Amino acid sequence: MAALTPIYRTPVTFYVPVVAAAGALAGLFVGTAQGSGLLGIVAGAALMAALALAVTRVIESEKATRWGMAALFVAGGWLIGGAPGLILGAGFGWFFGWFTFWLYEGRYRAKLPTYLTPGQVLWHFTFRVICGAILVFLITPILVVMPLSFNAENFFTFTPEMLRLDPAGYSLKHYRDFFTNDDWQQALRNSVMIAPVATLLSVSFGTLAAIGLSAEHVPFRRPIMAILISPMIVPLIISAAGMYFFYSRIGLQGTYFGVVLAHAALGIPFVIITVTATLVGFDRSLTRAAANMGADPVTTFFRVQMPLILPGVISGGLFAFITSFDEVVVVLFVGSAGQKTLPWQMFTGLREQISPTILAVATILVGISICLLTVVEMLRRRSERLRGMSPG
Amino acid sequence: MKTKFIAALAASTALLAPMAMAEEMANDMTLVSWGGAYQKSQVNAYSAPYMEMHPDVKVVWDESSNEAVAKLRAMNEAGNVTWDLVDVVAADAIRLCDEGLAMEIDPDKDLAAAPDGTSAADDFGDLLVSDCFIPQIVYSTTFGYRTDLVGDTPPDDICDVFDLEAYPGKRALEKRPINNMEWALLCDGVAKDEVYDVLATPEGQEKALAKLGTIKDNVIWWSAGADTPQLLADGEVVMGSTYNGRLFSVIEEQKQPVAMLWDAQVFDLDGWIIPAGLPADRLARVKDFLMFATDTQRLADQAKYISYGPARASSAPLVGQHADLGIEMAPHMPTDPNNAKNTFLYNYEFWADYRDDIDAKFQAWLAK
Repeated sequence: MAALTPIYRTPVTFYVPVVAAAGALAGLFVGTAQGSGLLGIVAGAALMAALALAVTRVIESEKATRWGMAALFVAGGWLIGGAPGLILGAGFGWFFGWFTFWLYEGRYRAKLPTYLTPGQVLWHFTFRVICGAILVFLITPILVVMPLSFNAENFFTFTPEMLRLDPAGYSLKHYRDFFTNDDWQQALRNSVMIAPVATLLSVSFGTLAAIGLSAEHVPFRRPIMAILISPMIVPLIISAAGMYFFYSRIGLQGTYFGVVLAHAALGIPFVIITVTATLVGFDRSLTRAAANMGADPVTTFFRVQMPLILPGVISGGLFAFITSFDEVVVVLFVGSAGQKTLPWQMFTGLREQISPTILAVATILVGISICLLTVVEMLRRRSERLRGMSPG
Repeated sequence: MKTKFIAALAASTALLAPMAMAEEMANDMTLVSWGGAYQKSQVNAYSAPYMEMHPDVKVVWDESSNEAVAKLRAMNEAGNVTWDLVDVVAADAIRLCDEGLAMEIDPDKDLAAAPDGTSAADDFGDLLVSDCFIPQIVYSTTFGYRTDLVGDTPPDDICDVFDLEAYPGKRALEKRPINNMEWALLCDGVAKDEVYDVLATPEGQEKALAKLGTIKDNVIWWSAGADTPQLLADGEVVMGSTYNGRLFSVIEEQKQPVAMLWDAQVFDLDGWIIPAGLPADRLARVKDFLMFATDTQRLADQAKYISYGPARASSAPLVGQHADLGIEMAPHMPTDPNNAKNTFLYNYEFWADYRDDIDAKFQAWLAK
């Protein structure tokens, strides 16, 4: 985006206090880690105010400032916190070098419309900071797990060696354990056997149900819909207990097929909801046109309707797959030890023995999920582009 | 092309499903235990050698002992008992036996005699606390502390747990009244042999809770056996109670700076029960396994992998060295004379009578 507003240098009374405030925030974290949050705030504010004044008055070159600040903070970080301090220091230095000049030269204003009041400009950036903070809040628990899974110890603990970035503090032994331990391998096999079949069943039944329920002549559509999506609304533990007693009577409890059916029942609502949503945009006259040209309903479905609602079917299928792959409550009831899935193994592992192998598995699963979602999203975009549904 | 793909998938599903179901019909036996190092010791000492002798039997382990009572009730109600042998603590075994969910056994017929000919009933002796219960191990609930966080005078008395001045920092205690109430009364000046008399009165219960109240702000409550080892390894707590085998693993296998505080350790028993209502073929198979797995040598073998005392008197002399570390296991047993200077035996009758009442009071106190 091109600059919207001409920029000019800001007065000292503006940029120095703002940089000082940012320094105070950073100082709060460093200070808390070192024992005194209050001292950190004061020291951070004072240090950054002085530095901001110095670099804008004396050095006046942004590039030199960035390198200089980075070097200064690297040295400081090294003294306070060793190797990790060094890396954090480099980041801090680089950021503050840029931040000071960004404010000082008024560049922050360049890409915003001229007519915004200072209050609106402030809100514009506050909003972005809040969004960033929420993102950090959501993603940190997942990120923390990843380094811990390379722990050389058998506990969920950041050891001093790990914090020093000493290679001796890291190992792949928990990954080795996952790939060599029979319990985990059996659980992985079970999960891989159960989830795709459950997904297939949910997608077939869910798509058919959604198509049927979106036809106008079907009586009692709303009550039927409500019943079909009830597994999503009823507390899982209640469905699980019900399934346990029902499946026990008919001999499905503790069988592979029983778990698949239970997971399919949980996945169907997701498919129904996504496919129904896609069907809203589906033009019924297309099926009539196909029928008019002599196609029977099955051909019409596969050649005309299915390709158009495919994005909804795929995302419903993905939800159904993840539901089955992540599910622990129902499988604990409906399955027996022979159908132990990965989440089951992780659940008992967390309770009976806190082993970082769980974290290694979690990291692998996060990796797989990211790959899966990326592939599906790329396929979806490609098919949309091919059919000219979105510019692309 | 899409149609073909879906047809192929459907066909493969149809083929896979019966295959997987046929697999389950095999000769397998579901054993329920606690997971972790304890279950591993059972696999090594009992089921691995058994499967070597009986290659046709497949042993499946289920880590559900924690909810064994509830699950057995549900199975019984549904008329679908899928477990063959269940590892539970003695108190649960007594409950299951009273409710008719566990099968009564005849020690002299169902269990092997000691090598010297002593009958199984005499060999297990007093530890056969219920008609349904076949004890495997004696374990204790006791304290471990961080050696680097307690200064120059490490704690050697149970009352050090309540001494916040000498040992500042968090403590880990189990989130239930059992053991905690006894320890609190002991440290509030009640004599050891009067603890349960005092605890039977409402005033005594108040007294125990008041004593626990003095450290309540510094307690992290645990509910799974793996919690305290994790908290100790983190340095999150200075001391914490857990099962002695867990502490052994932290100290000797994981080499953490932790030591044992054996004072006032509470002994308890863990063992097998056979669920009631097994069909004859499964019952015969599980009885054969049980006869093997609870004989003198097997119980002694288990002590190679975990520091719990074997429940048979005849096994004690056979306890040797740790399978991987090669250290003598006897000094790490809770029953070793050096460790057992001051001990408690879990009082089954008392807690059977008072558990519900004191549990309710304890939970209400916790929520305050």
